[in-house]
Amino acid sequence: MIGLSCRLLVHVAVVLLAPPLLLGVIGKTKAFLTGRIGPPILQPYYDLWKLWHKGAVYSRTTSWLFRAGPMVALAAFLVAALLIPLGSQPAPLSFFGDVILWAYLFGLARFATVLAAMDTGSSFEGMGASREVTFSSLAEPALFLGLAVVARQTQSLSLSQMLGPALAHAWAVSAPALGLVAASLFIVLLAENARIPVDDPATHLELTMIHEVMVLDHGGPDLGLILYGSALKLFVLGMLLVQLFLPGMPWVGLLVLCLLIGAVESLMARLRLVHVPRLLMAACALAAMGLLLVWS
Amino acid sequence: MSASSSAPLRNPQAIPERELPVVSIAEFRTGILSAVAAGGRLAALFGHPMGKSGVKLCAILAADEAGECAVVTTAVKDRYPALAPDCPQAQGFERELAEQYGLTPEGHPWLKPIRNGSYPFFRVEGEEIHEVAVGPVHAGIIEPGHFRFQCLGERVLHLEIQLGFQHRGVERLLEGAISPRSVAVAESVAGDTVIGHTLVFCEAIEALGECQVSPRAQALRGIALELERAANHVGDLGALGADIGFLPAAAHFGRLRGEFLNLLIELTGSRYGRSFLRPGGVLFDLSSSLETQFTKRLGQAQRDLKTFASLFFDNASVLGRLEGTGAVSRQVSDELGLVGPAARACGSHRDVRRDHPSGIYQFAHIPIVLGETGDVYARALIRWLETERSLEFLLEQIGNLPEGELRISCGKLAPNHLALSLAEGWRGEIAHLVITDPRGQIARYKVVDPSFHNWMALSMAMRDGAISDFPLCNKSFNLSYAGHDL
Repeated sequence: MIGLSCRLLVHVAVVLLAPPLLLGVIGKTKAFLTGRIGPPILQPYYDLWKLWHKGAVYSRTTSWLFRAGPMVALAAFLVAALLIPLGSQPAPLSFFGDVILWAYLFGLARFATVLAAMDTGSSFEGMGASREVTFSSLAEPALFLGLAVVARQTQSLSLSQMLGPALAHAWAVSAPALGLVAASLFIVLLAENARIPVDDPATHLELTMIHEVMVLDHGGPDLGLILYGSALKLFVLGMLLVQLFLPGMPWVGLLVLCLLIGAVESLMARLRLVHVPRLLMAACALAAMGLLLVWS
Repeated sequence: MSASSSAPLRNPQAIPERELPVVSIAEFRTGILSAVAAGGRLAALFGHPMGKSGVKLCAILAADEAGECAVVTTAVKDRYPALAPDCPQAQGFERELAEQYGLTPEGHPWLKPIRNGSYPFFRVEGEEIHEVAVGPVHAGIIEPGHFRFQCLGERVLHLEIQLGFQHRGVERLLEGAISPRSVAVAESVAGDTVIGHTLVFCEAIEALGECQVSPRAQALRGIALELERAANHVGDLGALGADIGFLPAAAHFGRLRGEFLNLLIELTGSRYGRSFLRPGGVLFDLSSSLETQFTKRLGQAQRDLKTFASLFFDNASVLGRLEGTGAVSRQVSDELGLVGPAARACGSHRDVRRDHPSGIYQFAHIPIVLGETGDVYARALIRWLETERSLEFLLEQIGNLPEGELRISCGKLAPNHLALSLAEGWRGEIAHLVITDPRGQIARYKVVDPSFHNWMALSMAMRDGAISDFPLCNKSFNLSYAGHDL
């Protein structure tokens, strides 16, 4: 019993504290590759501290939906974080079919963010919401096809078991299929976290943004919640990816993932917005091929 | 155009006003329309009030291929048949005339005040059309301007640009007696084109004051102008990189821009070239020790530019964003009378340095760079290649500087004259026109920044484009708000 609560505490503490570090590592990688010193690796923590000590301004045209958006999204990500195992320990929450809930928690967060964006009545935010919904409706099939491959090979619908010991066996018998899923899920990860080549987290140009433009009207603590939520989302999705493909080395994997994201952002330009669906379709196709390979 | 209806002008030149033929409005219109139909361009169209008897209209026509300019004038009372329906490049000038003097160009398709527009915007009607309004306050550190998009989903059907937020009354400030303040005003027409506008101002004043600047001062002016061009072109390439999220280009081109600005500070004492040009010459010299330093640093910049440009232009993801985005056809370019890199990107042959050379450009020729496709890629490519040509010019000039006085005094301005002065700033043709009164003071000062010609091209480039490509398209033109608003 004590062991269980200890494990729970450690899991919660890691999930609460680690995510902003990922943003810091990505930022440092980008700075290094473009010949700059860049902000300190702990900068995201300083930003959060700053934002949470600010006041907030709300437009009179917004309703409770606008304020609820960031909170619902963050709550959804926190629950998703409780479903994902860290390393060899199973997740604090785990049951048959939790992978479906896990995937749709991201859907819930997106729904709340989109509603909050539409609530402002701004044409920018409406545009961003429409883009976000369009692209995520293409990213979601890729995610599910990829998860289906893993579920079939591990004979489980619970994340803790899918990422548990059964995975080693799955790699032994169907490495090509899992490799295709890895590529597919990496694209989904970039799209879901608004990274280049799908979106540019650093841009200030409203007309080109996808995710960032939806949160333009949020400020102060709400913006802090959003920033923290996006770090958490990167952490949770990243954890899935690295535990699937580097079983047993989640922390090394996470570091490699951040370096990889930083390198992608430094070495290529964003895609033209009309070409983003093609990239996401490619992710779907990769995952579908993986599923075909393991079907028989 | 018949010889009697217009008077030829060189750049820069002042001619007595009595030698300017004043023709009827019908002849004025046919004169302009036939000159434009023959491949000419309306470099400026402006009014000069004549008290109760109305407004005198002056049109400067530039035949770029022939290297000739001409001026044609007429007098109008309060209304006249508009040129814009037959000659689209007049649209901005006629809106300005209506705003400044209350004239009515009859039949103008969109007679909305050009700088003071609290007027309804053009609307596309339809169930699924949505309107996006951007600015005048923007997210980045840029100048104020309002953009109104009529969109169908992500597709832009129409873009209307409303400027005027930076109107400071520049032309009015330059009227009256020439004072030390005048040159400071000329330096502030557009903060990123200090050398360009001040050079044109000085050459206009020198033409009126019959002052012949020494070869050394002319060469130093050319060096400053090309350094300004290199700094801005390279800075724009970096900004394009930032807009498409390609960080290495943004970082490296940004640093190279700094190097050109640092060279400018060595020469002029100011990163943007303020307090360097004065009527009669320049204020600072390039010592021989500085010359060796410049040669070394420019050589290094030349090598760096090559490396960075191949990094940028050889990257498939970069080309995927630039190619085919915001294309303007050669026909539209000629109809709208575009100038500068934006025109050359469409294949329109024009460059004041070649067509109407003054100062050092009469002796040193810079090869003209032409594009074909008129898209963001062509505009970016032109910037790179023009910077290379400018660096070659700089390396050729430095080390071969002629002798001469830095600055000589300028005589009194000739009374009742009209002076024309042109230069190829980094954005394109800058035109200043000066009319003096009987006492030799400035009665009318007209400034035409290249942006005044080119803003309309941005609207045209966005037609049927994606709204998410607007910032990229806008950056590829990088037009001046202050230069337009004056």
